[in-house]
Amino acid sequence: MFPEFIDTRPLRRAVDDGLNWVVGHWSGALEAAASPLAILLNALERLLIGTPWWLIAALLAGIAFLATRRWQLPLFVVLSMLFLGVMNLWQDAMTTMALMIAATLTAIVISIPVGVWMSRSRAVRQVATPLLDLMQTMPSFVYLIPTVMIFGPGKIPALIATIVYAAPPLVRLTDLGLRSVDPAVMEASRAFGSSPGQRLLGVQIPLALPTILAGINQTTMMALAMVVIASMIGAGGLGYQVLQGIGRLEVSRGLFAGLGIVALAIIFDRITQSFGKQLQTRIGLSEGRT
Amino acid sequence: MSEVRHMDTRTDLAIRMRGVTKIFGNAPEEALALLREGVSKSEVQARTNQVVGLDDVSLDIEKGQIFVVMGLSGSGKSTLIRHVNRLIDPTGGEIVVNGIDVLRMTQPELRTFRRTEIAMVFQKFGLLPHRTVLDNVAYGLEVRGVAKKQRLEEAAKWVEIVGLAGYEHSRTRQLSGGQQQRVGLARALAMDTDIILMDEAFSALDPLIRSGMQDQLIQLQKDLNKTILFITHDFDEALKIGNRIAVLKDGSLQQVGKPEDIVLKPANEHIEEFVRDVNKARAIHVRSIMERGVTEPCEQAVSIDARCEDVLPLFADHKWVGVLDADGQQVGRVTARQVIMALAKHTPPPLAA
Repeated sequence: MFPEFIDTRPLRRAVDDGLNWVVGHWSGALEAAASPLAILLNALERLLIGTPWWLIAALLAGIAFLATRRWQLPLFVVLSMLFLGVMNLWQDAMTTMALMIAATLTAIVISIPVGVWMSRSRAVRQVATPLLDLMQTMPSFVYLIPTVMIFGPGKIPALIATIVYAAPPLVRLTDLGLRSVDPAVMEASRAFGSSPGQRLLGVQIPLALPTILAGINQTTMMALAMVVIASMIGAGGLGYQVLQGIGRLEVSRGLFAGLGIVALAIIFDRITQSFGKQLQTRIGLSEGRT
Repeated sequence: MSEVRHMDTRTDLAIRMRGVTKIFGNAPEEALALLREGVSKSEVQARTNQVVGLDDVSLDIEKGQIFVVMGLSGSGKSTLIRHVNRLIDPTGGEIVVNGIDVLRMTQPELRTFRRTEIAMVFQKFGLLPHRTVLDNVAYGLEVRGVAKKQRLEEAAKWVEIVGLAGYEHSRTRQLSGGQQQRVGLARALAMDTDIILMDEAFSALDPLIRSGMQDQLIQLQKDLNKTILFITHDFDEALKIGNRIAVLKDGSLQQVGKPEDIVLKPANEHIEEFVRDVNKARAIHVRSIMERGVTEPCEQAVSIDARCEDVLPLFADHKWVGVLDADGQQVGRVTARQVIMALAKHTPPPLAA
């Protein structure tokens, strides 16, 4: 046994009381602050559920074709959509997609500026890196409980948890992409008298875009990985079906919903990856440096 | 002090450096103080853990000439050229470009200075891979804020002058090294600045293409009368294009002078080593050995800027070769014998077998 040096109970009580105090005094304000997220998520969900299934299938297949310029991925998209429809999982799939897209969009809006800031300041990087590590490794239930206490069970804590989990790779890859832009190109730009803003928008971001897109790909994948956990606190969707399948020992329900999540993951992974590759060829990075 | 400054503000100088010293490291003051006391560079480096990049470099670069700074890798030549447009800030010294003290400039002033007064060509080209050739050439003008239509017209003109017509809409990575450097050169020329900095601009190119680029640069300089500060590690290149040459070693200047001065009167052993293998026929100008004065016109003639290597082939059919000034007037003549004597005089005897 490890000997008890100090009594840690007051510390724990302080943390718990502190949280309770925040819940008691600030939950209204925090809810108001999070309301844009709720509006975004609800709008997306209504839009996706309200759109006819064939239109969504056609749009996704079209995007898949634009990204890959081949017929395999569009075919896979159509088959997956038919599968989700036939298995009576359409609405759940749209709910999950809405959550994933809302989380990814929010993560992009937050992560890219943070990544830019990190790339420009060593001090910021030193603070942000352990924070990002924490966000990625802390078991999500640990921050789920306080968020549920503040916002109540529902879509908002689910969305916040998804963002917390999914944003770090995009921040990291934005920072990495910006910093690994060829220093010779940056110096040339400086020599012609460019301002920091001209360099960021005209040189760094365009050249880092493939890496940033890889970050967006990671973020979508990690957002999908969170759907089961998110459904535990009321996000609904495919994750909820999996959860119910486990609860009722209905293997089939869990299996089909699980396959639906996998199908969505494959579709979004391939689409974002192919756009990244296209971009890379356009910039000419994949042709080898001379 | 004011007297000195007055004497130094010569209007024919494009770039003037006085006592420029650069120390890389986190505590340059200490190292600088030691250097000023006369402690050697290696000693300073060992004692303070700071690296001396440039040591008390003073240069006068006149307008309208190609000034070559020659040195081996690690000699500080790339550091030197980056001081002129302050891509690197010196630890000490004074840098005046076109009569303006570069070191006193604020950031916005420095940006304006870089946008309007000085252009640069890089060894690794530094082109923007996500843009077309035309957009790359227009980049400097874009940064300057020139309207799109105007800057693309200007860029198209320079793309054609450097011989890349037809490649306007190619990506830079699709081009060969020589073509990429033409883009870099066109980008600098499009700025229409009086001063162009060229940092080992031709070093990454293969010999044939390099030679072609050198000829083109000499021609462009004649047509446009720019001041070009050219950095190279290649002594032959320095001799070919330089009006004046400065030799740099371990961050300090060894010798500054006309190409012939350096070849014929090397200041120290280090320069002698370079000179030993150099093509003397390229270094020695006809004007320095010719017989001056009015003589009967010769059948064959060369310009006053010709070098021995230019006249040598002519002696196969002619005894005398005339030398013409810029207006085409014959101002002297030269014989094969004079050329051979000059070459023999400055070629060290072969090592005794």
